[in-house]
Amino acid sequence: MARAIVNVPARAKRGEIVEVKTLAQHPMETGFRRTQTGELIPRDIIRRFTCTYNGTEVYRVDLHPAMSANPLIAFSTIATETGTIAFQWAGDNGYSVTETASIRVE
Amino acid sequence: MSLRTALLFAASLLCAGAGAGEIPPSERRSGYDLMSRETRAIQDDDATNPGMLWVLDGEALWNRKAGAVGRACAACHGDARTSMKGVAARYPAFDAALRRPVNLEERIKLCRSERQKAPPLAFESRDLLALTAYVARQSRGLPIAIVIDERTLPFLDAGREAFHRRQGQLNLACSQCHDDNWGKRLAGSVIPQAHPTGYPVYRLEWQGLGSLERRLRNCLIGIRAEPYAFGAPEFVDLELYLMWRANGMKIETPAVRP
Repeated sequence: MARAIVNVPARAKRGEIVEVKTLAQHPMETGFRRTQTGELIPRDIIRRFTCTYNGTEVYRVDLHPAMSANPLIAFSTIATETGTIAFQWAGDNGYSVTETASIRVE
Repeated sequence: MSLRTALLFAASLLCAGAGAGEIPPSERRSGYDLMSRETRAIQDDDATNPGMLWVLDGEALWNRKAGAVGRACAACHGDARTSMKGVAARYPAFDAALRRPVNLEERIKLCRSERQKAPPLAFESRDLLALTAYVARQSRGLPIAIVIDERTLPFLDAGREAFHRRQGQLNLACSQCHDDNWGKRLAGSVIPQAHPTGYPVYRLEWQGLGSLERRLRNCLIGIRAEPYAFGAPEFVDLELYLMWRANGMKIETPAVRP
């Protein structure tokens, strides 16, 4: 199961700064930990998060092993036009999750 | 023992009793009140509370057919938002067949094995935590309401006794930290009053969701006592006492704790 929760205000005024919150379900295994028998647990992390607003990239993050499990990424953007905000998380072992939210700009 | 020594002994017992009293209702605090502003903010908003990832998984499991009977939880219980409201506030509850109290995880496990004829979920497995979180989420904001009757009283007494019993290599009782010294610091962390208001909780230290029994195992290992196995009756007694001790406090599931 790979789940993500995104939160975008449903409506906004043109030019308004809106807060976007995202939460992705992921263990973010660092690759530095070992099992009780001493074997290295392979790294399994999200590598990149991107957010596009009507096709234009507005936010991008590179993630690294020190980041927490189930990373919460919150940022702001300017409500320019009505449309779709798309989110993509991509990482190790073929992890790929996409989520979209719509925003209405008045 | 002379009369004088006996009196002194009785007096010292009284003093000890006064110092190590149970927390009066007006001074009870959820662990929430002792957390940092930032951690409280994570819990308060469903969009940032990572426990909601488990709650959403639990909702999916609630509606999924399971077992030889091929029925989902929802087939019997319907909409959990109404049928499961307030249930977590009453658990651990007495099970007539087992003749002992069972906690919410055990109740879900029993329902799966007896009604759904499904393979058992392991304690602390992702699915069991998700279902428990989903059921307990329906009681968020409701007061804990443990009712003790003559059937459950012996178990409550056993739990109370365990809470006040010194144990482990450090020879500490739960009450010494959580009744007598709450609000002070143990290394860098504030000692909470140990009210189980938000289980299963998302603990930042765990980087995941965990049950009250997992938390109790942490505490027992901390005082260097032998932890009980998951589902041990000793744990359920202690959970019953802790929930009874928190009667009236509001359920916060899924809570976030440092």
